[in-house]
Amino acid sequence: MGRTIAQKILMRHSGTQAEVGEIVVARIDLAMGHDGSAPLAIEFLKKLGAKGVFDPARVVFVIDHYCPSPNERVSALHAMMREFAGGGQCTLYDVGEGICHEVIPEKGHILPGELAVGGDSHTCTYGALGAFATGIGSSDLAAAVYTGKLWFRVPPTIKVVVEGHLADGVFAKDLALHIISRVTANGATYRAIEFEGEGIRSLDISGRLTLCNMVVEMGAKAGMVAPDDKTLEWISGRASRDFEPVYPDPDATYERIVEIDAYTIEPLVAIPHRVDSVAPARTLKEIPIHQANLGSCTNGRLEDLRVAAKVLSGRHVHPNVRLIVTPASRPVYRMALEEGIIKTLLDSGAVIVPPSCGWCIGACNGIPSPGENVISTANRNFKGRMGNPRANIYLASPATVAASSVAGRITDPRPYLE
Amino acid sequence: MIFAGTAHKFGDDINTDYIIPARRKRDTIDHAELARYLMEDISPGFPDRVRPGDFIVAGHNFGCGSSREAAPLVIKAAGIAGVIAKSFARIFYRNAINVGLIALECDTDLIQDGDLISVDLSSGTISRGDLQIKAQPLPKVMLDILKAGGLLDYLRERRDFITT
Ligand code: SF4
Repeated sequence: MGRTIAQKILMRHSGTQAEVGEIVVARIDLAMGHDGSAPLAIEFLKKLGAKGVFDPARVVFVIDHYCPSPNERVSALHAMMREFAGGGQCTLYDVGEGICHEVIPEKGHILPGELAVGGDSHTCTYGALGAFATGIGSSDLAAAVYTGKLWFRVPPTIKVVVEGHLADGVFAKDLALHIISRVTANGATYRAIEFEGEGIRSLDISGRLTLCNMVVEMGAKAGMVAPDDKTLEWISGRASRDFEPVYPDPDATYERIVEIDAYTIEPLVAIPHRVDSVAPARTLKEIPIHQANLGSCTNGRLEDLRVAAKVLSGRHVHPNVRLIVTPASRPVYRMALEEGIIKTLLDSGAVIVPPSCGWCIGACNGIPSPGENVISTANRNFKGRMGNPRANIYLASPATVAASSVAGRITDPRPYLE
Repeated sequence: MIFAGTAHKFGDDINTDYIIPARRKRDTIDHAELARYLMEDISPGFPDRVRPGDFIVAGHNFGCGSSREAAPLVIKAAGIAGVIAKSFARIFYRNAINVGLIALECDTDLIQDGDLISVDLSSGTISRGDLQIKAQPLPKVMLDILKAGGLLDYLRERRDFITT
């Protein structure tokens, strides 16, 4: 019987047949933690009496969630991470280097065919490169760092086939929101998702990262795109170790196949307080916007800033709106600077804040007031997510967020891109 | 192992931001301190209504959202013995078992807010008066971790994962 990508990666890493439903113990290629998950894992490692980590080259910590530190207590947690890294037990990306899910692929810490676990639910992002990557908590992170292994239940796979191309002005984020509204917030729980079809092949790696980033919003354990020339080209120059890409068997068994016609998708918005309540942007033009946020691990890459700059070039943010932009990493920030994107954004009235999670989880850098409406490029619009349970969060593509920041209300971005 | 307590009923899709918001968990890994904020955005004052050994009973997709282990740790620190839901988001489910918090899946429609329920962990049965509900059995590795009191204690004993 043929196997899916998820099964083949788990098979290779566990030395078992990785039948669906089987519990396997698999060797991991990368264990990632950030300032929201690593401090507790470090404490657990101490309690375990761990003398070291399984392989310092495969343990990466990132300070990105609450940074630069907003207070003394957070600083103490950051210090714990620096002390741990100072002992040579892991690579540490400190304040300002970027958001973990941008830094990890960008710096070549995850490669096609590999198995990664991360103390963050959006670790699934790395599936865009053809890896099996999944989020875990701090106990599992400590166990992975300690033993180099973790147990997994081999998931069934849902195949999502995207036919055709996205129309102009429609982006990977819109595709992700469309798929989530079809599959629902828990429609893929305990499952892996494999993306296939022309609509996926035509996406650049940035778009695939956006798409795989959001699979956990359907409950999925992992979401994957089989590597192709674009993947290998993107990886080249970043990989510091050998890797072996994995492709699904032609006769692999899928639990379900979801077919999507990319061309019919229009700019979409997830409305409060659920990621799977989705409506076309053009139907929401009565909704005034007070804050617009561009960034996060979903949409803070160069391609995202570039499209926002295209919308904002020669225009100004509406006087009632604060547009807050967060480049997802230092290299993204630098490239955006060199390309003149940052200048365009500044000229349009945007506020640029350093690479971090910040506002995405209501930690710092832009907490909305009661009753305000926010439109953001992030991945979650749960009540209270951005630090105020009395604010409303709408999610959309960078183009829609930028266009809405100019209009002062939710708007379809297409006229702004012509 | 039998546990008994009052059911506190919640709906579907109770996410980790509702359980413990990031703005609270940001500052500390002391979960006893965080316990007073449990469910603050959706059920203010909830921790005051919990007595040690009580249960959270919920609908589908309990614990969706972030991977924060603070979510089950804070539930546990508030005195809750376990969560019984129609289904769990997978990271929460793992994390709950890893911190030694009971997490069982079954049809929860027959349990009302305020019901006194008891849970027999070895048989995976939830009882309310004469009514008995069978929960989905946990895989052996999860049951072993739960019985050990959590993943840390499991690994302290065995130093590795044993699935057979
Ligand atoms: S940007 Fe938001 S979703 Fe992404 S890792 Fe940071 S907090 Fe999580």
